[in-house]
Formats: sequence, structure tokens, C-alpha cells
Amino acid sequence: MPRIEEIAQELNTLIKSVNNIDYIEARLEAGQSCRLSYRGRSLETAAESSGAGGCIRVLNKGGWGFASFNRFDTLKSALERACDGARLAGKGRSQLAEIEPVITRAQPPKHNPLLINLRDKKALLDSYNETMWETANLSTSFIGYGDSFKKSYFINTEGSFIEQSRSDITLRLTAVAGKNGNVEQSGISLGSTGDFDQIKGLENEVRQIANKAVALLEAPRAKGGEYTIILDPILSGVFTHEAFGHLSEADFVYENARLRELMTLGKVFGPAELNIVDNGTIPNLRGTFAYDDEGVKSEKTYLIKDGELVGRLHSRETAAIMGEKPTGNARAMNYRNQPIVRMSNTYIEPGKASFEDMLSDIKEGIYVKNWYGGTTSMEMFTFSGGEAYMIRNGKLAELLKPVVLTGNVFTTLANIDAIGNDLEMNQGGGCGKNGQAPLPVSNGSPHIRIQKCLIGGS
Amino acid sequence: MENILQQALKKAEEAEVFAFTDEAVPVEFESNRLKSIQSKQSTVIALRIFKKGRVGYGLTTQPEEIEKLIDMAVETAEFGTHAKFELPQPQQYTPVKTYDPDIEKVTIEEMVGLGQSMIDAVIDYNPEIMCDAGVSRHSGHITILNSRGLEAHYRNSLFNLGLGGNLVRGTDMLFVGDGQSSARPILNARNIIQNVLQQLDWASEQAPVESKKMPVVFTPHGVESALIAPLASALNGKMVLEKASPLIDKIGHQVFNPALCLTDDASIDYQAGSAPFDDEGTATRITPLIENGVIKNFYYDLHTAAMAGTQSTGNGNRSGGSLPSPGINALTIQPGAASLKEMIADINEGLLVEHLMGAEQGNILGGEFSGNVLLGYKIENGTIKGRVKNTMVYGNVYSLLYNHLAAIGNDSRWVGGSLKTPSIYCSEIAVSSK
Repeated sequence: MPRIEEIAQELNTLIKSVNNIDYIEARLEAGQSCRLSYRGRSLETAAESSGAGGCIRVLNKGGWGFASFNRFDTLKSALERACDGARLAGKGRSQLAEIEPVITRAQPPKHNPLLINLRDKKALLDSYNETMWETANLSTSFIGYGDSFKKSYFINTEGSFIEQSRSDITLRLTAVAGKNGNVEQSGISLGSTGDFDQIKGLENEVRQIANKAVALLEAPRAKGGEYTIILDPILSGVFTHEAFGHLSEADFVYENARLRELMTLGKVFGPAELNIVDNGTIPNLRGTFAYDDEGVKSEKTYLIKDGELVGRLHSRETAAIMGEKPTGNARAMNYRNQPIVRMSNTYIEPGKASFEDMLSDIKEGIYVKNWYGGTTSMEMFTFSGGEAYMIRNGKLAELLKPVVLTGNVFTTLANIDAIGNDLEMNQGGGCGKNGQAPLPVSNGSPHIRIQKCLIGGS
Repeated sequence: MENILQQALKKAEEAEVFAFTDEAVPVEFESNRLKSIQSKQSTVIALRIFKKGRVGYGLTTQPEEIEKLIDMAVETAEFGTHAKFELPQPQQYTPVKTYDPDIEKVTIEEMVGLGQSMIDAVIDYNPEIMCDAGVSRHSGHITILNSRGLEAHYRNSLFNLGLGGNLVRGTDMLFVGDGQSSARPILNARNIIQNVLQQLDWASEQAPVESKKMPVVFTPHGVESALIAPLASALNGKMVLEKASPLIDKIGHQVFNPALCLTDDASIDYQAGSAPFDDEGTATRITPLIENGVIKNFYYDLHTAAMAGTQSTGNGNRSGGSLPSPGINALTIQPGAASLKEMIADINEGLLVEHLMGAEQGNILGGEFSGNVLLGYKIENGTIKGRVKNTMVYGNVYSLLYNHLAAIGNDSRWVGGSLKTPSIYCSEIAVSSK
């Protein structure tokens, strides 16, 4: 591995020698990752990779220059290119929220998945694959396992020098069943901050997804239209992230007067029991970090409190321009990208209702569980459940084929009429924004009930 | 590179080195103003080996880390999949133009000017719109060496223009956008500007829509966002091999309407998906996938082809340097005779869909798409009435492109760099709205 600490020291001297520039920061990273994947009954991919690189970001008169590189023997020219870019782009005034310079070596993660023998990783996945194929009538299955360990340095012209490391594990299992040209699938995603034990002992879940994929072949499809729906914690977490979380990212609103008005703090967005939080400080969650990629300490930020919009997520620039406090949410996928405003761990705080309470007064509705994915265009969102059931007269009824839900975020939040007492965090998510994906995040929620939600279907 | 190959062969029976370098200069505009000017240099070297008949794989960004690279490949080879295929021999490649040296002559000032011209044109139309725009140029170099004596390389270049606008009125948000890419510099943004202004024009009013079955025309962007993912996955040799594709055993069968022809073609000069050989060194070719509605071929890489008892079609694709898998080079849907205007004029009550959001979240393997109409318009009595909102479209490509394919447009264009498609008119699709 290249000695990136030495390179960080060298760059630290170099960036401080530049004159007539408002601000310079640099990041250096070195890491390793491993990937195992299965398709059908056999292992398909066993691959390892190792990489190192860095970037320099420069701000001058409000314009940014950025240079990224894998080669460490041309640091000076990278610095020049970044400075040239900033000088050319900058025509106004640089604005960065003030923070205290930080000199620290953050606590390294407890677990490093690279230290686990490849043989042991494969043995666990082999056993899951065998369990999966105990179910008859599967047409294929996919298992994707990935882990990584990464060390990084952040330095800037304000005097910060931060060393951090992170470990990450993700696992996705999918079963596919097919019959007469009809193909259905069911899957689960999970992850951890490098702790391999957390992905052990999933035999029951694996059996369930295999059985579910087969059962979906015979399941009827929901009729498209408006329903009262209950979302399970996993899907509700995706909803919170996709539909509301992205709207709270200040880079979307900070230079757009009309959006700023729409997202004015103090506006009522949901029922009084609704609280939505982004919190990058919770131990052992994949969205957690000590310092963001601008060297700002991570925080717990209330986005909605008692149904009212009370905060948003910031980079140093968006915070300064909006006259608010930085929240430590500027994150970059890796050294090839500039940091942009991103979520960390985003969730709805638990309320009082039990799942049975929510069900009891629904005459006809749909219970939607698990997820395939979700996307948003700020106002509108669509997200898809992996599994759905009709609700009839207060009881769960037949299994349905997976459904896609869509809606307007403002009306949908306002239509939440019950919040469960059973918060769960999901670790299987990866977030995409401006081509930077998948960034480790986690989402969570208790069960929630929403009135008048639009379901796609025939 | 030669050195890596030689070193690896001391520990393995076969070896292949795949390397690419890329230099990119993206210029980005945010909220109507120039935001950043970037310069990105990247290097990736991947090593694939066969050791004791199994495949091992390692990847690094540091050319000097040869030992580490070989160690990773050797370690994974202990568990890797059985090598059932042979690495390609040296072979003849049909020349295709993938690089234009002029791309490096485009100055940053010119790129800034192009971005500004797109934003100015939109603001000129409506000063309340906020635009993001991007102009970027790339140039790169791809090299493959293997132990069968293959030694091949080519240069490539890419120029991208992108424009997105949003218009906010209260809680209503309208998103419009278009993009264009080529291996040659694109020195004016006329087409993109024209397309975006057309979208804004059609979306200037809102129009209500009822939940029912109705005819729908997909624009080229609409085709890309709704119909391509189910087709591309069903034609993927890997999905067929795994019996996950509904098209298994359907070669030679009439599965789609006779009007539908779909081809994978990496041989078009200066197109983003073009290359003389794929990421395994197999010569690329023109592969008819669907001809007059009949399934002709699936697309393969070396490994999948060997498992299926056939030949690679030159579709071995490594995104970001990962192990190869079958991937599309560039899809072309053959245009028909109808103009977009004629198709719209034919509809009493229906939709024109420009962008379906989240369509790929449905059961793609089953041919389904289901998404929110992020940008689409209501058609009434043969004319566009305005933009629709809170509307979902649900369909299955197998019934849609067979029984309900009403016409294919004559308005072919490239969208997203690796798809050339006309508009497609379907006679009946389920629409849900509120």
C-alpha cells in the first residue's frame, strides 16, 4: 500500500505554499476490498482489489476547482490544475461556514473484514446457497457479498489533519422463481460496519426468501389505485430516505429562491407525532462517521420535529450561504468525487401505535414489506416493496405480487396517520446521488400507516 | 504490463492483463452558474489468471504494486469459478473510430461557453427556471494482453453535454432535461436546447388524466426509461443460461411484433458504445437480437458463452474493471415510418411519455415496468394538452410489444450514449392516476 500518510504530509506543506487562493483541502485514501458472488448453484466471482488515490479541492471567489488522481508523482501539477479550475470558475465570493480546525486520529473500527480468511467467507455463503436451494422450483439465485477497509486522510489550509478508517460489509441474497414465462424474485439486503458475525445465522431468512419467490408466482396482482397502506420498518425507512431525506439536502435548495421558500423552517409537513432525524453518530451503523469529507464532525440533526420542518443537512458552503450551522453531511463516495450533501443514518423516531392497532380499522388496504429500491425527483417519489399483502377487515389477507408505490412527498407525509412503536434500522442500503453510488447509509423507521397512497397496477 | 503477465505466468497456467487509463475534464454548472472545473486522472489494472483450472482476479490502481496484484489473483483462484473457456488468440479486428484527437484541443473556456449557451437559451425562454448543466471531455487508453499472445489496445475519447432544468411553482416541480455524447467534440448545443424548449412548451399547462387503459407513445427518452431494461436483461446470455429469462428456448420464435428489430452494434464510428474489441479482447460485431419480432441471438461474454456451449458475441463488459460479464455495447431499434406528429394525431385520449421514474424497480425479469410519469403529457384529440402529474404507467413488454405495438416512429436518436431508438406507440397501457 502506498504510504499515504507521508503523501498527506507532503501535500500539507504544498497546499500551504499557494498564495492568492481562498481555500484548499486534500484527501488521500488507500484501501482494499473483496467481493464474492454466486449465481445459481455455484460461485461466480471471487475478486479482490486494492487501490489508492487522492484529490485536491480548491475554492476561489465562489468557484471550485477539483483534481483527482491515482498517481502520486505529479501532486504539484494536480494542485495547479485544481487552482486553475477554481480561478477560472470563481467570479463571486467564497462562502464557507466556520469550523474549528481538527487535528486527530479517529478511533479505528473494531472490525476489519480483510483479516477474515477468504475460506471462511466462502463457507458461510456456501451454506446460505445450499439453504436457498433446499426450496424446489427456484430458477436461479444471486448472492452478492462485498467487504472493504479504507484508511483516509483529510487536510486543509485551515490547519486540519484528520486520519480516519472505515470497515464495511454488505450482503444481498435474491431467490428467483419462474414458471410459464412468469418470473418472480424475493430478496434481502443487509450490512455491517465490518462485523462479520452480524451476517451469520440467517438460515431462516434465506429459506423464507426462497419460499416467497415461489409463492409469488401464484400470487395475484394488486389492482392499481389509491389505498390505505402500512409500510414495514424496512420500506418505511426507504421512504424516509428517498422521499423526505433527499429534500432535506441543502444543496438542492440553497441557490433556488422558490425551493427555499417551499422548505422554510417552521412549515408543518406531517402529523404532530412525526419526528425525522439524520444521525451520523450512532455506533455500528453503516452511515456513521466521525468527520465528514470536509473535516466537519458528524451530528444528530432533527429534520422534522413534532411534524414541523426544523432542520436540513449541510455542507460548509450551503450552511454559510443559507446562514445556518454546518451539520457534517458533506460526503464523497471516494477520492474521485467532490463531497456533496448526503445523509448518514436517517430514521423516523418511534411513536405509540402497535402493528395490530394500525391494522384493526382498515377495511381494505395493503401491507407492503421489504424493498427493491426507490427513487425520487424531490416532489415525486416511487419506491417498490418486495412483498405485499391485502388487508381486509382489519386482518392480513392474501399475498400479492410486489407493488410499486408513488406519490407526492408533501401530501404523503401529511397523510401519515399512525406511527408504530417498533423502530428498526436497516443496514442494507446504498445511496446514489449525482453519479456517486453506492454510498453507505442506513435507514430506519417503525411501521407507519399512510392514507390514500397510489399503487401502480393493472 | 508485459512484466505483470510474465510474473503472473510463473504462478498460473494462463493470465490476462486488462488496463485502462482515463483523463477527464468535467465542467459543471449549478443553479444557472458555473460551479466547478475538474480534472480527473484514473488508472486501473486488472489481472485474471487460471490456476489449477480456476479463475482468480485482482485489481489495483497502482502499477508498481505488481506483487500485491498477483497475490490477490492467486488467493481468489483457490475458490474461483472453473475456467471453462479459453482466452482469445490474436485476431483481426474491424477498424472503428473511437478516438478523435480534436477532443483534447477543446479548451476549458470553450466548454464553459457551451454550458453557458445552454443555460442562457433556457433562461431566455423562461427566467424562472433553474438549470444544472455539464460539459465534459474524456480521453482514455485500453490495453489487453494475455498468455495466448493477444496484445491489443485502442484509444477512446468521449464528449458529453447535459442540461437539466427545474421549475418550481408552490409545491409543484417540473423537471426537464436532455443530453448528448460522442467521441468527437460537440461544439454546439442546438439539439439539446431545442429538445428542452420543446419539453417546456408541452409542459407549460397541466392536464388531468383518468385511471384507465389508454394508448401511450414513448419518446426515445421514454423508451429508454421504460422498455429497455426488461429487453436487455431478457436477452442477456447469462439470464438465459440461468433460466431467469422468459426468452429461454425462444430463439427463432415470434415473441414480438414483426415491426420490432433490435441490434447490438459496436461498429458505429465515434459512438460512445463503440470499440474494435470487448473488454476480453474478443472482436465486437453487429449482433441482431430481435429481427422482425423473432428472437435471433442472445449476447455473451467468454465465460457465459462457454457455459452455454456457444461463442462470445463480443459483449464481455467490465464496468470499472470488475470481472467481465455480458453487457450491451450499443443498442439500435430500427425506425419505422410514422412521424411523432402522426402518432400523436392518431390518439383521442392518451399519453406521451418522456421519462418514467423508477420503472426499473418492477419485476424486470418478468418483462414488467411500472413507474411514475416524471415527465409526460396528456394527448387529447390528436394534440398535446399539457403535462400530467401523479400518474403511474404499468405494462409488460411481452404483451405490449407484440399485441399492442401500434407503430414505430421515424424519429430515431441516440439517448444515454448506448441506445439509438425512435418513439414507440403502444395502443393500450394501464394508467393509474389520482
